[in-house]
Amino acid sequence: MNSPRDLPQAQTADACIGQPLPRRGLERLLQGRGCYVDDLQPPRLAHAVMVRSPYAHARIVSIDVEPARRAPGVLAVATGRDMAGWCKPWVGTLATAPGMRSPPQHALAIDRVCWQGEPVAVVVAGTRAQAEDAAERVEVTWEPLPVVADELAALAPDARPVHPGDADNVCYRREVASGDVEQGFAAAAAVVSATLRTGRHTHVTLEPRAILADFNPADRQLTVWHASQVPHMMQWLLADQFGLPESQVRVIVPDVGGSFGLKIHVFGDEMAAVAMALQLGRPVKFVADRLESFQSDVHARGHRIEARMAVSAEGEILAFELDDVQTFGPYGCYPRAGTGEGNQVLNLAGAPYRNRHYRGRLRVAFQHKGMVGPYRAVGHPVACLATEVMLEQAARAVGVDPAQARRRNLVADDAYPWTLATGPVVEGLSQQASLDRLLQMMDYDGLRAAQARERARGVHRGIGLAHFVEMTSPSGRVYGAGGAPIASQDACMLRLTASGMVHCAVGITEFGQGAAMMVAQVAASGLGVPVERVRVLLGDTDVTPYGGGNWGSRGTGIGGEAVWLAARALRENLLAFAARVLGRPADALDLRGGEVVEREGGERHLSLEALARRAYFRPDLTPADITPELMVTRSFSQRAYGSVFSNGVHASHVEVDLDTGWVRLLRHWVVEDCGTVVNPLLVDEQIRGGVVQGLGAALYEEVLYGDEGQLLNGSLAEYLVPMAGEMPDIEVAHLHTPTRTSTLGAKGAGEAGVAGASAAVLNAVNDALAPFGAFLTEIPITPQRVLQALGKVPR
Amino acid sequence: MSTEPIESMTLRLQVNGEAVERPVAVRRHLADFLREDLGLTGTHVGCEHGVCGACTVRLDGRVVRGCLVLAVQADGASVQTIEGAADARMAALQAAFHRHNAAQCGFCTPAMLLTAADLLDRPDRPSREEIREHLSGNLCRCTGYQAIVDAVEATCRALQG
Repeated sequence: MNSPRDLPQAQTADACIGQPLPRRGLERLLQGRGCYVDDLQPPRLAHAVMVRSPYAHARIVSIDVEPARRAPGVLAVATGRDMAGWCKPWVGTLATAPGMRSPPQHALAIDRVCWQGEPVAVVVAGTRAQAEDAAERVEVTWEPLPVVADELAALAPDARPVHPGDADNVCYRREVASGDVEQGFAAAAAVVSATLRTGRHTHVTLEPRAILADFNPADRQLTVWHASQVPHMMQWLLADQFGLPESQVRVIVPDVGGSFGLKIHVFGDEMAAVAMALQLGRPVKFVADRLESFQSDVHARGHRIEARMAVSAEGEILAFELDDVQTFGPYGCYPRAGTGEGNQVLNLAGAPYRNRHYRGRLRVAFQHKGMVGPYRAVGHPVACLATEVMLEQAARAVGVDPAQARRRNLVADDAYPWTLATGPVVEGLSQQASLDRLLQMMDYDGLRAAQARERARGVHRGIGLAHFVEMTSPSGRVYGAGGAPIASQDACMLRLTASGMVHCAVGITEFGQGAAMMVAQVAASGLGVPVERVRVLLGDTDVTPYGGGNWGSRGTGIGGEAVWLAARALRENLLAFAARVLGRPADALDLRGGEVVEREGGERHLSLEALARRAYFRPDLTPADITPELMVTRSFSQRAYGSVFSNGVHASHVEVDLDTGWVRLLRHWVVEDCGTVVNPLLVDEQIRGGVVQGLGAALYEEVLYGDEGQLLNGSLAEYLVPMAGEMPDIEVAHLHTPTRTSTLGAKGAGEAGVAGASAAVLNAVNDALAPFGAFLTEIPITPQRVLQALGKVPR
Repeated sequence: MSTEPIESMTLRLQVNGEAVERPVAVRRHLADFLREDLGLTGTHVGCEHGVCGACTVRLDGRVVRGCLVLAVQADGASVQTIEGAADARMAALQAAFHRHNAAQCGFCTPAMLLTAADLLDRPDRPSREEIREHLSGNLCRCTGYQAIVDAVEATCRALQG
């Protein structure tokens, strides 16, 4: 656990930074007093329900909405053609993905649908039930069209283009190369290769996507309550899509029931609901049901990777090669495009290791499947899986212990900043120290000895490791340079109230990770006031400073730094004013525990409340040459690197039942280094939550499609997610290498848990099955796939 | 005998100790009735086919899934939601959840608490495995479950010795 002693000196003065304080605001959620979008019921509320395509690819021959219009309670029905007059289409490409193409996408499909579940009409009625009843009366005549479902078939030279007029289905391609890959393979003691597959996953936020839009025609004000991570981005986009001045659009983010990178996109159904609010001049709510979530939330992680690694007899990596085909939908998601995932796979493959001989190819294939977009730890788990599975297989091939192989290949902890073979520069990592800590924490040698004993009595346990490099706190080079309206800056507005409290408004958002508590702790520490004194406001574009919201683990690294800078600035103002009031030099004073005190000795002079009263109510007593500024705003954007990098290593211990193919998770360990930890209680549970999403990916989760692009598992009874009973205890430890990109020194930690978990599990299963010559190359690791790898059932 | 289907009926029940009498559509499930008709939004709807457990409420003392019970099935019954579950045991559990940071987005939390509270009524102290097993009908996508198990275990230890 972190302690203030581990923190940079500047932060230790009055610090609650580093303290495991229980999260404020949680009491509300624990008592059922939270307020999520679907809990809001403003007067005259109407409900929107979508009519969706049952086909993955079809022409809309005709739509008859009249029977629906006549249904009880119906207020309006609109088709794609109607909608096109109200909401302009968008294009999900980025300039930073050169050569990427995606056709314009409409909120509701007009002539043709390209995935099963694509919305084609919207029905608005007084109640949700009335809207659902009426939606069934919308009569669509479909002409089914040929479907491109398989990703390799989509890329075949004779493949039918998903979009007529295109020459092929390559949405985006990229190649990277460095060093002399051929020479590495030629010099190898062993070369291992595999076709690796990662299932198509989706976020499964427990609260589905939800939006409530209200338009007041009297003042032309659009207010949108949105389950979102990015209120300011949505404000910009809503204004743009509907041709409103930005000042007439207010986005409010209430409690949000899970996000994981889902709630940062423009979704057609949500835009359709907003359009109907604008048309009707009354509040309209759309909440996806669970089937709609599976059909129309973005998916991620569906990769097919041909991987090859060359190693020396000592297990040193000599060359590494990847050919990644990312499965995709028919459009790039807007405004992030969705190619970040494949790019991250290329960027992060091999990232923990010194090897310079690397070649990667990415092809993103248009398909008639659900759309693809960012999901927590974009690309990280796939890059990690490809690297770590190949490394352990290579180590096995030359008879080197996998932990030893890592030790021989890791970039040295004193070698940073280090340029990855793929281009990005990383700073301040601690891979070697992480490995040492992990091996000690899990008693690696003891576990290996126990494994041999258990194997002798027919119990097949495996140990798997996985290092990761995590990209956090992105700079403007990631999306801004691509042309997307995504802020990489964030700001904090901090003011002293008349009663000596601290009011803190920030652009980052809260969706359960504890951002508001982090902000309170940083503000309190920076100022020198008890944390209880700080009130935090976020998630409302009318009252918070412009910022990027929370994604890419940027909340603490960027938002937290803005809070720190604002707090230090306000503290200076307060001390300068107190110095005049007290007739003391400012540098003789300090702010501690909410009091102005003598720096040496700590003698109390003045409470903040007294100081505030003096400033606000009695300027008549203050000399005319000083007017204290009791509100300050500070901004921060990370510009030193493309991202700030965190790192760490996972280990998984599993038991495999050779008869049933069942994998039981016994234990999981993570060592991670996110620099300064503001609140270990919050960070630990962030890591564990991420680990469990990675364990779900490893063992259960996969969005399945049939040959005709039919979604085969659209419910939680069929798309399995981890429940408490299957999950192991997860031990988390931290190292603290502060980033030099900020004074706070904090890096993100939101991706770390997901990044390495599935690779560690796959390695552990392969370790357990190695004596049988079985080698699994695919997640989720279903019992069937285990038995296939063992040759007990046919492939 | 009429062949017309019955579309609605008058429902009489106790909710969090208060007598409630309301007309309700016979197809409306209990979770929607509580949320939409009574404004008790602490009960959440996550999947509506009985898997995620977010809609868990107490019906005559037993935890049930509010999305799998029709409101009319609760006629004459006593229903308790998170808003009405305020005894000392629940307060201890809520405090432990807070202390252990056993919630993130909070969407699953009211239901998780109602389910976990069952374990506090047992005469013996449940093991971690039993706690995990008991909570396995309630999906949490944020926490990784461990803090929840820790919080329940700590509460059981405090209450059951």
